[in-house]
Amino acid sequence: MTTSRRIAVVSAGLRQPSSTRLLADRIADAAGRQFAARDVDVDLRVVELREHAHDLTNHLLSGFPSASLEQAIKAVTTADGLIAVSPIFTASYSGLFKTFFDVVDADALEGMSVLLGATGGTERHSLALEHAMRPLFTYLHAIVVPTAVYAATSDWGAEDAGDGDGAPTGLTRRIERGAREFAELVTGREPRQTADPFAVPTPFEQLLAEN
Amino acid sequence: MQFGIFTVGDVTTDPTTGRTPTEHERIKATVAIAKKAEDVGLDVFATGEHHNPPFIASAPTTTLAYIGAQTERIILSTATTLITTTDPVLIAENYAKLQHLTDGRVDLMMGRGNTGPVYPWFGKDIRDGIALAVENYALLHRLWREDVVDWQGRLRTPLQGFTSTPRPLDGVPPFVWHGSIRSPEIAEQAAYYGDGFFHNNIFWPMSHTKQMVGLYRRRFEHYGHGPADTAIVGLGGQVFMRPNSQDAIREFRPYFDVAPVYGHGPSLEEFMDQTPLTVGSPQQVIDRYAAMRDHVGHYQRQLFLMDHAGLPLDIVLEQIEILGTEVVPVLRREMAIGRPEHIPDAPTHASLVAAAGGARDATVHADDDVTGRTAENVAATENAEAAR
Repeated sequence: MTTSRRIAVVSAGLRQPSSTRLLADRIADAAGRQFAARDVDVDLRVVELREHAHDLTNHLLSGFPSASLEQAIKAVTTADGLIAVSPIFTASYSGLFKTFFDVVDADALEGMSVLLGATGGTERHSLALEHAMRPLFTYLHAIVVPTAVYAATSDWGAEDAGDGDGAPTGLTRRIERGAREFAELVTGREPRQTADPFAVPTPFEQLLAEN
Repeated sequence: MQFGIFTVGDVTTDPTTGRTPTEHERIKATVAIAKKAEDVGLDVFATGEHHNPPFIASAPTTTLAYIGAQTERIILSTATTLITTTDPVLIAENYAKLQHLTDGRVDLMMGRGNTGPVYPWFGKDIRDGIALAVENYALLHRLWREDVVDWQGRLRTPLQGFTSTPRPLDGVPPFVWHGSIRSPEIAEQAAYYGDGFFHNNIFWPMSHTKQMVGLYRRRFEHYGHGPADTAIVGLGGQVFMRPNSQDAIREFRPYFDVAPVYGHGPSLEEFMDQTPLTVGSPQQVIDRYAAMRDHVGHYQRQLFLMDHAGLPLDIVLEQIEILGTEVVPVLRREMAIGRPEHIPDAPTHASLVAAAGGARDATVHADDDVTGRTAENVAATENAEAAR
């Protein structure tokens, strides 16, 4: 019997085409192959944050999401695994990337398997994945796989980035390793359950008793 | 079905003139607005409670008593009373007193307040927000229903043999609504007590309102207060009207664009699409609000926010006039169409007294050293008289 898992991809690239989205797609493809090898069907949802940029600012100011942003948030919070990719701006993830995770409920990513990716102009910023992005998801009680994939401008032109002969090195190798760790983690865990507080409220007797 | 207005008492600069009213002007304007609401036939005037600038909404019972003295008919309510940071003993006393002074024209809407700093101003901690709402209301509920209360909780000093005075008018406590935007716990609380639930949806999409009201209705039935469709529901609303809808939009847009809460965010058009805000002709307002029951079922109270974002008093009064004379009479007829017989109206003092089997004086006479009478003597005498 095949099983299935819901995988969300969040890409915070700004330009079109965007190297951040390109990296997100390559990671998602690699993960897809890893899931296929484990006989797991993937329900893939891609959230391109650029499309929600205005709605994210509006959400910060008005306190509620537009219908399309709500759908995007739900696509992420109801997933079993998340591939999150941001450009590195000024030593950290972009403001747009952070804004999205700011408007997601703080406990909505609890137990979520996460694979991180980031892009930047030079490889000197690669540790931003470790000192900025990873702590963000640790705070959200997500489970982040050890490998995080960084792609600098130079990686895209490097000989080892493509489909060369033999075992891949460089960016491709990192993507494959991250995807493998991610697929292992997601497949090994039960599908996530998301509770609806409106369906099953805390009974009032319990609220009274807690006092 | 009751229609009315609610105010948060914000002191906001009029963006079209740059003029900011003084506190005094805004306080007096609130009274004028309430009197206008009665004059044009609205049923309810409710004021919020805030304890910080730019609001003039502190001391709500002072405001409501003053308005009560100058009106005859309109129900005076709150939107909301801070059940978290206000001592329930004071709420019990203040609103029972207001009930007596206004001959029962009082109900309350409980809220937690959404300003973090307000909690420490009153010696509380926002992290106890839900717990305070639960515990304080449980005490308030008893103070109005039991003459002598022994009580011990976690968040307030205990009470021993305490009698809150005056006792509720005619022995019937004011009706209570619980207002909440996001917390399922508060819908649950309203359902548990069989109280009303008010969803202040003015800044929220209808999908969310539907979810909260649906929860309250289900749980109201669960707790044995009657079928879900007989639960007591109120909604917020926000409108600006001109005979020609384009004029309404042109005139309201500068206020909308920089308004507190949503200004500088979504466009007026987006916000109208996503929330109950309706800027247009009276007919557009009628159409929009007559359809609210399609989302939440037949409901009991509709309040409109009319006086915020720096709108000057003369325009606010004009808007209330349009609301009361052109919109609400039509909405009353519309809302009555297809409304089943068994759907109750919002409880009023008169209906609560009737439900309690008639008015009774609830005075608790102290054991005083002049007459030597005690509450027990009085009750015994009354019982003896009743038996004859």
